[in-house]
Amino acid sequence: MDVILLQLLNGLDKGGAYALIALGLTLIFGTLGVVNFAHGALFMLGAFCAVTFNKLLSLEVVTTDPTQTTAWGSPMEIRTPYVEAFLGDFGTWMLNYSVPMSILLAIPVMLLVGFIMERGLIKHFYKRAHADQILVTFGLAIVLQEVIKAIYGANPIPQPAPELVRGAADIGAAFGFDPGVIVYPYWRMVYLAFAGLVIGAVFAFLQFTTFGMVVRAGMADRDTVGLLGINIERRFTVVFAIAAVVAGLAGVMYTPILPPDYHMGMDFLVLSFVVVVVGGMGSLPGAVLAGFLLGILQSFASMNEVKAILPGIDQIIIYLVAVVILLVRPRGLMGRKGVMES
Amino acid sequence: MSLIRKPLNRRSILRAGAMGGAALATPTIFTSGAWSAGYLNEPTGAEVVLGFNVPQTGAYADEGADELRAYQLAVKHLNGEGDGGLLNTFSSKVLQGGVNGKKVAYVTGDTQTKSDAARASAKRMIEKDGAVMITGGSSSGVAIAVQSLCQEAGVIFMAGLTHSNDTTGKDKRKNGFRHFFNTEMSGAALAPVLKNNYGTDRKAYHLTADYTWGWSQEESIKKYTEDMGWETTAAVRTPLGAGDFSQYITPVLNSGADVLVLNHYGKDMVNSLTQAVQFGLRDKQVDGKDFVIVVPLYSRLMAQGAGENVKGIFGSTNWHWSLQDEGSKAFVKSFGQEYGFPPSQAAHTCYVQTLLYADAAQRAGTFDPCAIAAALEGFEFDGMGNGPTLYRADDHQCFKDVLVVKGKENPTSQFDLLEVVEVTPRSQVEYPAEMLGGELGTCNNGA
Repeated sequence: MDVILLQLLNGLDKGGAYALIALGLTLIFGTLGVVNFAHGALFMLGAFCAVTFNKLLSLEVVTTDPTQTTAWGSPMEIRTPYVEAFLGDFGTWMLNYSVPMSILLAIPVMLLVGFIMERGLIKHFYKRAHADQILVTFGLAIVLQEVIKAIYGANPIPQPAPELVRGAADIGAAFGFDPGVIVYPYWRMVYLAFAGLVIGAVFAFLQFTTFGMVVRAGMADRDTVGLLGINIERRFTVVFAIAAVVAGLAGVMYTPILPPDYHMGMDFLVLSFVVVVVGGMGSLPGAVLAGFLLGILQSFASMNEVKAILPGIDQIIIYLVAVVILLVRPRGLMGRKGVMES
Repeated sequence: MSLIRKPLNRRSILRAGAMGGAALATPTIFTSGAWSAGYLNEPTGAEVVLGFNVPQTGAYADEGADELRAYQLAVKHLNGEGDGGLLNTFSSKVLQGGVNGKKVAYVTGDTQTKSDAARASAKRMIEKDGAVMITGGSSSGVAIAVQSLCQEAGVIFMAGLTHSNDTTGKDKRKNGFRHFFNTEMSGAALAPVLKNNYGTDRKAYHLTADYTWGWSQEESIKKYTEDMGWETTAAVRTPLGAGDFSQYITPVLNSGADVLVLNHYGKDMVNSLTQAVQFGLRDKQVDGKDFVIVVPLYSRLMAQGAGENVKGIFGSTNWHWSLQDEGSKAFVKSFGQEYGFPPSQAAHTCYVQTLLYADAAQRAGTFDPCAIAAALEGFEFDGMGNGPTLYRADDHQCFKDVLVVKGKENPTSQFDLLEVVEVTPRSQVEYPAEMLGGELGTCNNGA
């Protein structure tokens, strides 16, 4: 029982990341009809917003201590971050909370990136075949990750969570299990709550605002909305930028869980596409549902008890489930008729 | 007069195209005169070309960059430039600027940490650039693949960072040599330290990278820890580059194990260790004992990636820049002055391998790979940072002291992350050559 609970929790936070990326992918596909293979790169760019913010805060005053030398004979450097030198304890607090604070940087940066991507490149491929869209966005993803590697190197760069949420909670003890058996990192709980909040905000935005109503109408029938004199293209550009922000924020908050490196976007991209297909192309609730479902299934498939019966199942479970669901429900769990069927 | 005597037609174009294609497709190895002398790529000019095959892109690009820095420094020192580095402390004194009267030049290749790409770049350096020796690494899978290619081609392969037993075990080759230690030595060095610190009544849970190095590391650590009384609760294989290891870590919590052995390297090690710490494993107690984590193979670059999570965690390493012998001090000084930071263990082994190759060539008086192999076999040397060292003739594995290190509790700089807790003497990590299987075969000089 304790093992099942643990894997369920594990699956939830992983599912949260899948759901956030898949949500953005679906938004873009549902509005613009573009299959965006650069979406994983947006997740990675978001993570590197956190790295950049931390590096900015960590810019150091470098002084040398002539009384000490390094092993290679140079004077020893003493480094103190500017924020600590100038702001004292508040500077230390800022460094401690650099990951959540970097959201402030990530939102405008990702909005801008999304806007430039859509206006500068993607819009030229609206009327092209999906294969062309895949090629160009995949190429863009490779360019973005190589740029990040050139700037930050290939090694993962750790981003610690704030000290307050650095440990793990003994959840099991609160429910009568043995102590230390069901423990769960605080930050993963924060991530899960954050994913829920962002998903809720996106749905609320689409459901309860005029802008959202127009976007939903455009998703259902773009031509009719255009005939009503509404510039739907401009709204879809904003949607693309919002999808970029969602992916970016997912990346920012994931950095304490997975030290970011240039390749992290690719690692999530393929799985997120499977999530979109399983959820149903163009279906936002489907993307969220499939994200959590596949995250949980992947966790369960990694259990030693399961792998003892089906060796290697943890590597193929997601694809296996995708095959089964597409056989039983060709449009995915919540796919709409007519999407990708023409 | 017309310049075109015969009118161009489809047939003549096809014929010319076929002839041109055949000429271009002929491997340059047949046409470049590479085999015209007594051995492949015998240098005839004023220079001898070495091939540095390192990961310049991909997951190990940072490690590869450090290796390349070390190779470039070694070439500089071999050509009599700079402060001479380890040539000043090396016990053999035959190198006096250049090798066999030739200036050392080099070409580089990008392995991308992929066996096929590494073989392609090594092949290119041998066939197109005339490299007489290939060196490099950062992955055992890559090193074994390139070693095999060098054997077939007829050049020497001086392995860089490769830690699997197989490199000088079941996959050893007469043309291949390794200075770096292996998983067998890691186990032999690490086990006594683990016993002293954690006792003999422990239950270990292994998470293992699912490829040749991971299997080799798991087998060695299991063998030595079980011999001292530890029980292996489970050994779980994890896919290379899994990213999120949480689903593999959570079963550890209720497995009854009180030790987690992470047979991971590079990015996998950074991620699995970070996540194991997040799941509170270091704060956990099992039957009154503190839960502990062990990382059998450490590198400083990895330790930087894992940050403060490495504090207090034991592992082994081939060399560390904080060593205080004359050789290590000379190398750190030379490298630090050149690049502004201390070298990694990967940089050290690559630098040393280049010098050892050059020294063997100088002693042999030729670049013939078989003569160089003979000069390296059974060669005993000192002054390279690991104490007295033997290049064992039976398997081409170097035997030297092995370091057991621990993540430092209070680092004084971004490079000061590991502290050496024990220098395990060479005698303690030696083993019979036949134990790891394999056959060296015969030397191939490409003639």
